[in-house]
Amino acid sequence: MIEFRKEFFADERDDDLKEIGRPTIRQDIEGHVTGRSPFFDDHLFEGLLHVRCVRSPHHHARIRRIDTTEAERSPGVVRILTGRDVPRNLNTLLSLLDFGIDDEPLLAESRVAYMGEPVAAVIATSEARARDGVARVRVEWEELPHVLDVEEAIRPGAPVVCEAYPTNRFIYHGRYDHQKLRFGDVEAALRGADHIVEGRYQMSPIEQAPIETCGAIAAPEENGRFVCYTSTQALFFSLGTAAKMLQTPSSRLHFIGGTVGGGFGGKVDSLHEPLAILAAMLTGRPCKYAFDREEEMQVGAPRGAERWYLTDGVMGDGRIVARAFRGYFDSGAYTRLSSYAIIKAVGHLPGPYTIPNVAADVYCVYTNRTPATAMRGFGITGVDFAIEAQMDKVADRVGMHPLELRILNAYRDGDMKAHRREAKGCALVECAQVVAEKAGIALSAAARAASSRTGGGGERGRLPAFTATDGKGRVEGSTSGSYARKSAPGPARAAPAPGRPPAAPPAPAAAAASPPARRPDAAGAPPPPPGAPAAGRAAGGGSMPPPAASPAPPPGPGTGDAARRGALRFSSLSGLRRR
Amino acid sequence: MALKPVALTLNGSERAAFTEDGENLLDFLRRRLGDLSPKFGCGQGACGACTVLLDGAPVLACLILAETAAGRRIETAAGLAGAALHPLQRAFVEGFAAQCGYCTPGMLMAAVALLRANPRPTREEVVAAIGGNLCRCTGYEPIIAAVLDAAGHMERRA
Repeated sequence: MIEFRKEFFADERDDDLKEIGRPTIRQDIEGHVTGRSPFFDDHLFEGLLHVRCVRSPHHHARIRRIDTTEAERSPGVVRILTGRDVPRNLNTLLSLLDFGIDDEPLLAESRVAYMGEPVAAVIATSEARARDGVARVRVEWEELPHVLDVEEAIRPGAPVVCEAYPTNRFIYHGRYDHQKLRFGDVEAALRGADHIVEGRYQMSPIEQAPIETCGAIAAPEENGRFVCYTSTQALFFSLGTAAKMLQTPSSRLHFIGGTVGGGFGGKVDSLHEPLAILAAMLTGRPCKYAFDREEEMQVGAPRGAERWYLTDGVMGDGRIVARAFRGYFDSGAYTRLSSYAIIKAVGHLPGPYTIPNVAADVYCVYTNRTPATAMRGFGITGVDFAIEAQMDKVADRVGMHPLELRILNAYRDGDMKAHRREAKGCALVECAQVVAEKAGIALSAAARAASSRTGGGGERGRLPAFTATDGKGRVEGSTSGSYARKSAPGPARAAPAPGRPPAAPPAPAAAAASPPARRPDAAGAPPPPPGAPAAGRAAGGGSMPPPAASPAPPPGPGTGDAARRGALRFSSLSGLRRR
Repeated sequence: MALKPVALTLNGSERAAFTEDGENLLDFLRRRLGDLSPKFGCGQGACGACTVLLDGAPVLACLILAETAAGRRIETAAGLAGAALHPLQRAFVEGFAAQCGYCTPGMLMAAVALLRANPRPTREEVVAAIGGNLCRCTGYEPIIAAVLDAAGHMERRA
């Protein structure tokens, strides 16, 4: 039952709600209760072939030889695919959004970097025969040292997990080995704080565990096209990824999806569609490639583990004046979506609290673990756990009730957030008040009187007078590898579609001049308490400065090219870019 | 591999098809008889998505050899509705008791078996009856409520 608190924000609501608060009938539920909803596996094909993969038993190993001769003679085996059969056997998911370097093969050729990584695919007349075939593929492995811990992975001398990123860190925009946020002067504010509260927080990977395992069925259609029924959560992502890896125009691919047996983020990786379609292309028959339950749990990408270190500077009255984050996302062996999750995370810092000095260095780290991917709020969920556990720790240190501490530090409307956006529509104060009421916690008069709509803005709405910046983690000579601009070195092979020769990577970026730092006059000053009179709002939302968190744009292939592409814009994903 | 004919009653109709050695009832129903309502979730009897009724009792179709069902009576979610939806289906629709819908056919068959044996179950009895059926979307509460709701409707109508 939804309870409406009509006393809150009454002037902002008209309560003329058509859907909220009323029962609604799902548009797809009749299919669900009659068993007629068309999930990907609910399409029957005569002569369906089954694809199963030969997978690495090692965390990290060189592939010396793959011997398929015995497997090819196994009953029912139609064909065996290796990486050489994949027209463009290297991809990164977000290359379709022009973000990141291709780093992951569909079928590994020379090296595996996580346990369960596929190295060959057996196509057979039944699933059981495909399993028998898989068991008869002989792979000669040369085990390599592996690393399973994020901080060990970035120590000098650690095994290189991902060849595209030899320092085991994702390189943001070709410029920084971490995502950086700087707002105010944390070091100075920590020196002036009454308490320093530190915390280390570790999250485990979490499997999405949908009841329907990930999979796809592909079959030849008329006119040289291929149909693909898929469980994907990201139909056009999967379509674009398949077209890229198979080097075929997307007009030859007919994707049908939209009925997903639970995804929770775990069905965006687009691993099944390209392989099922490739198998259908090379056999001329319908082919199904799906995880079994064991693969879903062991090989399917989970929510990645995260490790966070937080350092807070707190005044005796509970005001948090500085918060520093150091975060490590365990991306596993390849990037998939972890680099993007970190951008989301950093845009969310320091949580829903007005803290005048914030700094964050967040690393996307490669380890020899299962690659991580999306799951329900990824990028936010983990760091929120760290932030809220830290808030309780701070409350304990200053002797305040945790709810009082949250109400005191919560965003008020008009406050400036660390990623340089104005806080609007804030409601944490009100939520905390309702929680206190429900739980029978007696709040102080000040906390009861607090409101998200008063006490914000003014000095709290202005950018810090000084922001301490640094070039730590600056990388020279790296490329952001634009797929869209065709500047990414791609290992394209002869393909059914007209291939494009890989262009040379752009020249190393010349170091951009840093903007002159401003005088550190107000560094570390705590914000006025929420009750203090506001001295006029910051300049309105008209001119939003570019976030200091974003490094300079990657250089275009040439100045003439850059000029053609028009004005510099801010993109949440890839920082500053030209359109 | 030897093919064997298997004849059984599926949702009231006489049906027959060939089965292969080792083929389970789930694959037989789906691939040989074309009843796609039972779902594959784990293939190891852990998730309940393939629950069907065998001579009225709920079983996991992925753990039963197709040939052992010969001559017996199978009911699946595809056969629940007549001219109108079954009261359990209606209660699932109205109570938002499905999200992705993948566990729903198995969940419904477990609930059908419960209500036939026990038309007035307690909440605890409903929880026990669907205890072998996993759902990752709903958190189970709307499903439990829908089963209790259907029991109430069926009792009033009887």
